[in-house]
Amino acid sequence: MTITPILRLKNLVKRFGSFTALHETDLDIIEGEFLTIVGPSGSGKTTLIRLLVGMDSPTEGEIWLRDKRIDQMPANTRPTCMVFQSLALFPHRSVGENIEFPLKIRGVRASDRRLRALELLELLRLPDTYYDKRIHQCSGGERQRVALARALAFDPEILFFDEPLSALDYRLRKTLEKELKDLHSRTGKTFVYITHSLEEAMVMSDRIAIMRAGRFEQINDAEGIYARPESKFVAEFMGEVNLFDVEGTSNGGLHSKGVEVHVNGAAQEIGIALEKGDTGTLMVRPEFVRFLSSTETTDFIVTGVLRGEYALGSRIQYQVEAADGSILTVEKLREDRYEGALDESVILGWDVENTHLIRGD
Amino acid sequence: MNRIDQKLGLFSAIPLLIVLVLAFVAPLGVVALFSIMPQKTFSVLNAPDFSAYATLLSQGYWKSLAWSLGMALVSTVTLFLLSWPLAFAMAKVFKRFTLVLTIAVVVSLFVSENIRLFGWLLTLMKGGLFEGHIRAWFGVEFGGVLYNVPVIIFGLIYVYFPFMLFPLAQGIAMVPDDARQAASDLGASRWRILWEIDLPLAAPGIVVGSLLSFVLAAGALAESKLLGGQAVIVMADEIETAFTYGQDWPLGSALSMVLIVIIGSFAIFGISKVDLDSIMGRRR
Repeated sequence: MTITPILRLKNLVKRFGSFTALHETDLDIIEGEFLTIVGPSGSGKTTLIRLLVGMDSPTEGEIWLRDKRIDQMPANTRPTCMVFQSLALFPHRSVGENIEFPLKIRGVRASDRRLRALELLELLRLPDTYYDKRIHQCSGGERQRVALARALAFDPEILFFDEPLSALDYRLRKTLEKELKDLHSRTGKTFVYITHSLEEAMVMSDRIAIMRAGRFEQINDAEGIYARPESKFVAEFMGEVNLFDVEGTSNGGLHSKGVEVHVNGAAQEIGIALEKGDTGTLMVRPEFVRFLSSTETTDFIVTGVLRGEYALGSRIQYQVEAADGSILTVEKLREDRYEGALDESVILGWDVENTHLIRGD
Repeated sequence: MNRIDQKLGLFSAIPLLIVLVLAFVAPLGVVALFSIMPQKTFSVLNAPDFSAYATLLSQGYWKSLAWSLGMALVSTVTLFLLSWPLAFAMAKVFKRFTLVLTIAVVVSLFVSENIRLFGWLLTLMKGGLFEGHIRAWFGVEFGGVLYNVPVIIFGLIYVYFPFMLFPLAQGIAMVPDDARQAASDLGASRWRILWEIDLPLAAPGIVVGSLLSFVLAAGALAESKLLGGQAVIVMADEIETAFTYGQDWPLGSALSMVLIVIIGSFAIFGISKVDLDSIMGRRR
């Protein structure tokens, strides 16, 4: 199945003087998808979105919107639109006037504008009475919705978001994340969202692109990024993780270089194997690691000493110190709580189907 | 707690309040009182009449008033149009160069207004810097460009330029960059951004700058005297004449009162329309 992308980046580069903020980047954005670009600050994600909306122009490369090249078009002539981190609502205009702004620019009649603004208020679940409210009378969440309504009034081909939820408190953010996902499916528009928060990306996105130092590290759906990261950076960026440096042995097995990991044969049978001399990293998420009794066995086994126990709400996190001093993380649901005492020896184990091998360093 | 704060505030304001009442309100009161005295008197103890105001109306002083206000208006509008691009650049484009410009403009204020105007006088008069060079280079002879209304307005613009520039730059600095970017992203052209975003959001600076230059220009005297010669007589000139050569304090006072009331109502109307706190740096 071939899907024509709505937006295609070809070899896009952005340099500021001698500093390269964005290295040669190719990306296809599929019509109607919710793509989230995640990365720590300084990873180039803001540079990228500024190129995409037209607030900056690329040093090299092309941006194609369907069959039209847009990289040299200024922002005000592009059929795309962005929700700013600061929301950038116009403080001197009412809620209604803010929403109507793009329509006013296009010369839509006042009565039609008002009708559309009221429709959008309804779509975003704001009461009609907000039409005449001042921006400073709205709460943070309401302003968020007004900014969204204004962007939707523009009727963009692609809607960009530059971390618009980052200034809100946790609970409101969680609510709005779900609303945004819901809005995406109701409008059917292409959403491209930028954030430094992995959680936000996981909740909302069809695809997640991880950025690091001006490059895409990996692009995949949430499951793929979480369970099958292509690099240690992605593995660590996507939450708590246990990583073990390994290398291939002459008999096709694995030999652990740091923490002593006992491998129970099965490994190479299902593809977790390395050529002799090649290195890699074994990854297992904390929720897949179990505390073993002396009679149980699993594909991978590590011994250590229980050093800490922390309540994380619905889950409990345990920290186990391995023989070489490094700390492993285990997470259990509250009902599966481990009953051992601190500073006692424990045996940790997990199975091969929950294990992922990252090749290379 | 709040009431104690208010009391303390009032208490600490008392010294300045006393100075203001004695040095500002009291003289105004005296002027107001003199304006309703019979003409040519030097005492405020006469029975009040309004003959000074009657003279003001019958003797054609309204012409001087019209010249003062008219030239103030033209110079204010011109100043606004001239200052906007520079103020915009100072607030949004120039970075460290803004400081250099600010210092340069402020330093010019260190030299007295009259001396700077004399400088222009020497430049623009017949045989001065301007006409002299033209004559020497091209052999064209003319009488200099002094003693007319445009040169008075030029003088007003020159002298009151900083009073428009700085408030305007302050006002433009208050326009959030992201609002301008968002407007552009939503399809607005540069002109639409100017009209829909810059002008309304910089309004406090525009109002303060316009008020300052208008009020100062309406009460200006030196420009019309030095550069304008006797081309037109402005209100401030009439007031000075009434108090000095005319020896008619009530008439001078009545003329002053008219000017004060007109300019004062402009100022109060303007100030009531803007939030001064926001231009002084406090957030709305």
